[in-house]
Amino acid sequence: MNDKRGITACFRCSYPGFELDVNLQLPGQGVTALFGHSGCGKTTLLRCMAGLQSADGVMSVNGDIWQDEKTCVPVHRRPLAYVFQDASLFPHLSVRKNLLYGYRRTPGQQRKIHPEQVEQWLGLSHLMNRMPDRLSGGERQRVAIARALLTSPGVLLMDEPLSALDQNSKQDIMPYLETLRDSLSMPILYVSHSAAEVARLADYIVMMDNGRVTAEGPLQETLARTDQPFGLEDDAGVIINTTIGVIEEQWHLARGDFDSGHLWIRSNGNLTKGQSVRVQVLARDISIALNPHPDQSIQNLIPARIDQIADDISPGIALTRLVAGTTPFVARLTTRSVETLALKEGQQVWMQVKSVAIVD
Amino acid sequence: MDPYWQPIWLTIKLAGSTTLLLLIIGTPIAWWLARSRHWLRQPIAAVVALPLVLPPTVLGFYLLILLGPNGPIGGATESLGLGLLPFTFEGLVVASILYSLPFTVQPLQNAFQAIEGRYLEAAATLSASPIDRFFSIVIPMARPGFLSAAVLTFAHTVGEFGVVLMIGGNIPGETKVLSVAIYDHVESLEYAQAHWLSAGMVVFSFVVLVTLYSLNGRPGSGLVK
Repeated sequence: MNDKRGITACFRCSYPGFELDVNLQLPGQGVTALFGHSGCGKTTLLRCMAGLQSADGVMSVNGDIWQDEKTCVPVHRRPLAYVFQDASLFPHLSVRKNLLYGYRRTPGQQRKIHPEQVEQWLGLSHLMNRMPDRLSGGERQRVAIARALLTSPGVLLMDEPLSALDQNSKQDIMPYLETLRDSLSMPILYVSHSAAEVARLADYIVMMDNGRVTAEGPLQETLARTDQPFGLEDDAGVIINTTIGVIEEQWHLARGDFDSGHLWIRSNGNLTKGQSVRVQVLARDISIALNPHPDQSIQNLIPARIDQIADDISPGIALTRLVAGTTPFVARLTTRSVETLALKEGQQVWMQVKSVAIVD
Repeated sequence: MDPYWQPIWLTIKLAGSTTLLLLIIGTPIAWWLARSRHWLRQPIAAVVALPLVLPPTVLGFYLLILLGPNGPIGGATESLGLGLLPFTFEGLVVASILYSLPFTVQPLQNAFQAIEGRYLEAAATLSASPIDRFFSIVIPMARPGFLSAAVLTFAHTVGEFGVVLMIGGNIPGETKVLSVAIYDHVESLEYAQAHWLSAGMVVFSFVVLVTLYSLNGRPGSGLVK
């Protein structure tokens, strides 16, 4: 018995023209994104984890062994929930019966999530008696998520749940996913090729290419890496979890607090005090001053320490990693500024943040 | 019973029992054929389809030998105290099961193949065991296939003649089914009776096919392609 918290996923399998070879230790809570372009093996990895695809390897979730050299628990005995790309609602059952399919097969004492709860979380009350072919794409996916959750799983696996939806349905369903992330204690593994979805949902990220893991780590750390495993180039930037501490209606500003400072965010009136908000700070929106100048227009002035200065892939640009308290940031500076200000690693400077965007 | 109705009742009894037994026997065979990648899949599919191409007399002839007193199965049924099957109603049921097998298996196999694997995977992730998945997903989703299989099997059994004649003969109340009765009437030049039964068969067959097509919406689905 393995007592360790967290998810171990170590798989090796090969098909003609493709080989999967990963060895991952993932956090036992929060949203872990498996990120990469199509064909990189992220869905195959998720299917191996669920046991839908057979591969040699080891899989354990929070101490519970699902697969090792000796055992392989069949899919239906694994305490998991799986949301497929295409919803896969049973066409012969109504929404209500689809929802109850897994719930009825979950022993009474293991039921922690109940139909009334998911109905409310995912806004399904008015859909309960419909048949799946009378639902829109977004509704179908919400039902699929609810159906999966009703097995009260130990881990939720989601395979590109938004990729088959149009832009409006995506916008529609995102808040529901955020609610789930914030209200469920179970770890969520989320396969996606969309940087926007990952930025909005993930806490931990695994980058994959060609069946292998190319980078992994907590989202903030990974986004602030100067080697930029995402290859976002101009859009490089960090994501910060903040809590709204103060709202100044008169200026249309809200103060987002994070563990080592705060950022002023433009508020369009829909933020409330105490709300948690993910904000994005782009590398190109950060400039650096050696002293805090009071006579300038920028509202967000944060003391930070230069951690690393590295060459960007664009010539003449230095990608600079800064740390404010424990929160990493990344800034794109011209190499000339680095030279004239004589910036060096370890130096204390002031970050001037030109713009902060709420991620949505 | 009125000897006039006797062959009709016997035919319904034969077709009904054959259909019921074949749905039970044919379902696992069709499921295996639909899902397996075993090397025996093609040979077994061919054996199941044999009655479609063989003359019924060939099937009847071999059954007669196998089930007869000198045949291996006949010997077994006799030593078990079941007696001999040829020229009995039970013998007819056995022969009909073999003869109508493809009419049950093929529509079911097509229906099973049409069920996408993702539904079964989804059911598995929702804690349904393989047997549970079969009853809760496969059977309801394959319902049109079961309907086609039942109707086709029933109708085909009603229409069989060659095998009946070979293995069942012409014993009133025991093996004299409708098709044999018509043949008898024609042989003895009782055209009026032959007309009644034949026209009845035409109407019956027509009604069966119309029902089947309107239920399925796709003519010919499930038949040999």
